[in-house]
Amino acid sequence: MSDLKPLTPLGGDIARLDQIGVLRIAENPNLAIASLAARKGRSADVAQTVKAALQIELPQPGKSRRTVTHTVWWMGPDQWMLSAEHNAHELLADEVKAIVGDAASVTEQTDAWCCFEVSAHCEHGAASSEAALFALFERLCAVDVSQMVVEDATRTSIHHTGCFLIRKEDGFCVIGPRSSAGSLHHALVEVAGGLG
Amino acid sequence: MLINHPLLGPRDASEFTYLGDASLLNRPDWQGENAVEAFHDYLYLRDNPAGLHRELWFHEQGDRSWLVVTRNTLTHEITEVVLASEVAKNTKRFEGDAQ
Amino acid sequence: MSVNRLHGGLIDHTTALSFSFDGKTYQGQAGDTLASALLANGVRLMGRSFKYHRPRGVMTAGSEEPNALVELRTGGRQEPNTRATTVELFDGLTARSQNHIGSLKHDLLAVNDLFPSFLSAGFYYKTFMWPRAFWEKLYEPAIRRAAGLGSVSFEDDPDAYDKGFLHCDLLVIGAGPAGLMAALTAGRAGARVILAEEDFLLGGRLIAETQSVGDMSGADWTAQMQAELASMDNVRIMARTTVFGAYDHGVYGAVERVSDHLAVPEAGKPRQILWRIYSKRAIVCAGALERPIAFENNDRPGVMLAGAMRTYANRWAATPAKEVVVFANSDDGHRTAKDLIAKGLTVPAVVDTRADAPDMAGTEVLKGAQIINTKGRHGVTAVTVRLANGTTREISCGAVANSGGWNPNLGLTCHQRGRPVWDEAIHAFVPGGDLPMGQSVAGAANGVMSTHGALETGTTAAIAALGDLGITATAPDLPQVEDRPANLSPFWYVSGAKRAWVDFQNDVTVKDVKLAHQEGFRSVEHLKRYTTLGMATDQGKTSNVTGLAVMAERTGKSIPETGTTIFRPPYVPVAMGTLAGRSVGKEFHPTRLTPSHHWAAEQGAEFVEVGNWLRAQYFPRKGETHWRQTVDREVLATRASVGVCDVTTLGKIDVQGVDAAEFLNKIYANGFAKLAVGKVRYGVMLREDGIAYDDGTAARLAEDHFVVTTTTANAVTVYRNMEFARQCLFPDMDVQLISTTEAWAQYAVAGPNSRKLLQKLVDPGFDISNEAFPFMGCGEITICGGLRARLFRISFSGELAYEIAVPTRYGDALMRRLMEEGEEFNVTPYGTEALGVMRIEKGHAVAAELNGTTTAANLGMGRMVSKKKDSIGSTLSERDGLNAEGDLRLVGLKPVQSGEVVAGAHLMNATGPVDAKHDQGYVTSAAYSPILETSIGLGFLKDGANRMGETLRMVNPLEGQEVLVEVVSAHFVDPEGGRLRV
Repeated sequence: MSDLKPLTPLGGDIARLDQIGVLRIAENPNLAIASLAARKGRSADVAQTVKAALQIELPQPGKSRRTVTHTVWWMGPDQWMLSAEHNAHELLADEVKAIVGDAASVTEQTDAWCCFEVSAHCEHGAASSEAALFALFERLCAVDVSQMVVEDATRTSIHHTGCFLIRKEDGFCVIGPRSSAGSLHHALVEVAGGLG
Repeated sequence: MLINHPLLGPRDASEFTYLGDASLLNRPDWQGENAVEAFHDYLYLRDNPAGLHRELWFHEQGDRSWLVVTRNTLTHEITEVVLASEVAKNTKRFEGDAQ
Repeated sequence: MSVNRLHGGLIDHTTALSFSFDGKTYQGQAGDTLASALLANGVRLMGRSFKYHRPRGVMTAGSEEPNALVELRTGGRQEPNTRATTVELFDGLTARSQNHIGSLKHDLLAVNDLFPSFLSAGFYYKTFMWPRAFWEKLYEPAIRRAAGLGSVSFEDDPDAYDKGFLHCDLLVIGAGPAGLMAALTAGRAGARVILAEEDFLLGGRLIAETQSVGDMSGADWTAQMQAELASMDNVRIMARTTVFGAYDHGVYGAVERVSDHLAVPEAGKPRQILWRIYSKRAIVCAGALERPIAFENNDRPGVMLAGAMRTYANRWAATPAKEVVVFANSDDGHRTAKDLIAKGLTVPAVVDTRADAPDMAGTEVLKGAQIINTKGRHGVTAVTVRLANGTTREISCGAVANSGGWNPNLGLTCHQRGRPVWDEAIHAFVPGGDLPMGQSVAGAANGVMSTHGALETGTTAAIAALGDLGITATAPDLPQVEDRPANLSPFWYVSGAKRAWVDFQNDVTVKDVKLAHQEGFRSVEHLKRYTTLGMATDQGKTSNVTGLAVMAERTGKSIPETGTTIFRPPYVPVAMGTLAGRSVGKEFHPTRLTPSHHWAAEQGAEFVEVGNWLRAQYFPRKGETHWRQTVDREVLATRASVGVCDVTTLGKIDVQGVDAAEFLNKIYANGFAKLAVGKVRYGVMLREDGIAYDDGTAARLAEDHFVVTTTTANAVTVYRNMEFARQCLFPDMDVQLISTTEAWAQYAVAGPNSRKLLQKLVDPGFDISNEAFPFMGCGEITICGGLRARLFRISFSGELAYEIAVPTRYGDALMRRLMEEGEEFNVTPYGTEALGVMRIEKGHAVAAELNGTTTAANLGMGRMVSKKKDSIGSTLSERDGLNAEGDLRLVGLKPVQSGEVVAGAHLMNATGPVDAKHDQGYVTSAAYSPILETSIGLGFLKDGANRMGETLRMVNPLEGQEVLVEVVSAHFVDPEGGRLRV
């Protein structure tokens, strides 16, 4: 591979990690992303080939799915985002295109985005950890976060920045535009610091 | 305001961009007779009802769907929201587009 | 103990708090408000009135307070017009009275009070008619100084403000008896409930009155309710939270004062939070607001609303004075007297307007009597009472408890144009039927003026609201409450009074209302605007209905016939900082950084905001003292050898699908269907009205795959319009769109040595020679040992040039590598300024030329608009009006001898008048060309294509500029384009 040295979205050599109270905000640069849009009338084909190749079902609106290697979330009608670890799948778009062939349009999206994994680890237990996460996100976006269940995924606006918000077992994944990573990170950290 | 997105449920109107009258779906035939007049009317002549109004909204901070929203301009009550692409598919279009 | 501190109440008598008012230090107790602490300390005078600078004291015990407005805190935290009645006392609090010159007691502007007729209703309209010049010089500054309220410090607010979003089944607004029962009913039914209370304690009137609930005090019963509600996961109790607005579809705005009760917010925590609450149903349980009776000099400090007097005595163990005369038109007077006496105060008399008022123990009830005047310089010392028999009696006292009845607090019911209706039974307006969607009203806010009624309607309203949502709720057992009707007999103002205040905040008297009537301003809306009744921070909460009653009496109509005023948001003032939230300073909007940003910052680049992007504007070097030196150097170096510019900000849209080419044929005015794979074409996009709105290139990477570039500014608009075309106009086409702007770091590498530089990076196996990779070619390659990249041979500068794109994470490294490898070519980074100079030299249009009024024809690209196909805007671009003889054409301009071309200047013929009628066109862009060593410009000129070589006058009458310019080709540099193709 190339000898050009990559930077993380926040401009660092290594990922940024912030621990604020019980909240942990971790920049995740190890993410390859590809968009997948079914060609006219080919949704079923796409769903079938992706399922066969990756053992993952293309989710319905507002939902995501994950396997050990891949995550996929609904982005728009007949359109999804697929992600995998960058270390192992840097050419994810090519891999996906090889799977779906002419049934779908595939576009590399890897570096269009930054990703922050937000989790909470409260010594008072899972409920308190959840409460801290909800308290954070209810000050960041209009989504009814406390009603999101694992695998829910939605697009929302966080401090004027359009983001995907995915509910995971241990927290939320925020995927926002890479060029605004600094502003988005600032919003997450500042608001997290104001909770209590 | 809240717009009840047909796929995503109620979403804040701030996620959307407003365009205007849904009659913009009925783009005329460029090869029709009096095409210039037809396009002029299409672009510039709009009803401005005090009451139910079908209008186009774009879910810019969401799934990027264009929607046709039926809204009462007097009360802001929204009575119907459908995907504009569905409406467009069912709109009788001029021949040139059928291919 | 402070002079007017009583026993009991809900304050902590053991925790003293020190605070200062107008520089003097006092002691209050935990649980006090600033108002209650000042009263307890014997301070009645708290401010000066708006217009007449009359001495004023506290009148209410809540957010409806018109008088006791103070400047709270100092420095960046200074907050003007803060109601002392809602300020929770904290240790170290500092407050100052406002709206006076000199001391509060000796306000120089009190002279205004000597000339009330001069400042009467309509004062502004009558006085400031002429002379016009006086407006800015005299009237404005003088009025601002004299009639203003508080002042600001002009320092930055050091505190943070958050915004947030909440969702619930039921929003209960107000935690008095109705609200508590509504929340309890809904909470027990399992609904998601938010209970919002403006006060820092729940309970409403329950904690202000002595009435018991069941076998408990109101406060104890409230505490029990609160404990149960707090134990429910589905109920969120929000104290210190004012719901200030009811918006469409069940959306409410609320401000939570998180840290206002602290001297300084805890580290990192916000001062306030602006909440947007999405509710499926809402119940307004906002209670009622007492209204005063208007009588002569009823504004002296010490004259207070009776309910407020009880609140201060019962809850805060404070009183304005030891001797209090009660003035009332209902049994509320008796209740007040009873409570005050129980607190050890003296009530010399209850002045009751009703001839049949009942007697009571402990004081004399003066039946059918009225207070006709008050005395005292800075506070009441005595009242004059006219007895039923016509004789007068002077009674000395330090305060008056004034009650004219209660108005339902229905502001939030009006925010969607709901109109209140008159309820003859309670002599007050109650909410009409046209409430905001999903809203209902319970308790006193709905005109139910008893505690039992409040408890009951809170429950029934909750059951009904939840029923709409399919949630079954059952009524909790209601506690026993002994209610007696107040037996109110309407009485609005004491007749014969000259200066009886109706609106205390705006200094509107009964006489002013009558004057408005006399001068024909009789509709409620006119009355409000003519007299300013009901304006300013309190929005007429204590005055609107009384003003209406006076007007009704004048017109001889009933109050409902006279009209009603409705309310708009916000219910209470909301600070600008709260509305701004965290979007302040550098965080005013999100900032987008380019992939080379960190590197550019290391080079000392100057940055410029382009939308939300920060782009390198130029890269100054040591010894360069003026930006022009830098820009000239960057241009010359690029044209001489090679320069590199970050062009990532240009919008990139990935267009794929079987019909992708056909789709682009619709989007662009020129044809794209026949573009070969591996080629790039310049395209122009029109609006449907035929005006050009964006331009850029589209590269065909495969039969079914294009990458479209847009201008930086229009990236979002173009994408939106393309989605509109895809979904709404051509839904049968197979085409898929997605933005890839940020996925790729894209750099322009321009100049005669650009290829040589790139060849050092491109991996072996990729031939980018002129033959293999000609002008307007594109392809997917690898560089630097295997990194995927896209190469486009396109040029904005007019030089041999490429744009190279790599995944954004490698953008920083690629820029550094280009600089290292380019050292032998003296590679020069350039910014947006040099980019702009070179594009003007080459005659390329940008937003200044695509300015929303110009067609492709104006731009000299009329022939690009294909008539063989349909595209957005193609039909209307053929309109006669856009294709007249002698229309504007893009031309180049340069001074004939000396002078500068200036963007925005207009073009006139060499001789003849200089006016709009003889206008020949205008200049859109201008720059100094270091290559041509002259100022140059682009502009639109009538019939420009046929006027090459002509001399015109470029005029800028605003600054007296006039320069002779020559019309030349817009392509100043290499007009044949030979450099592009070598």
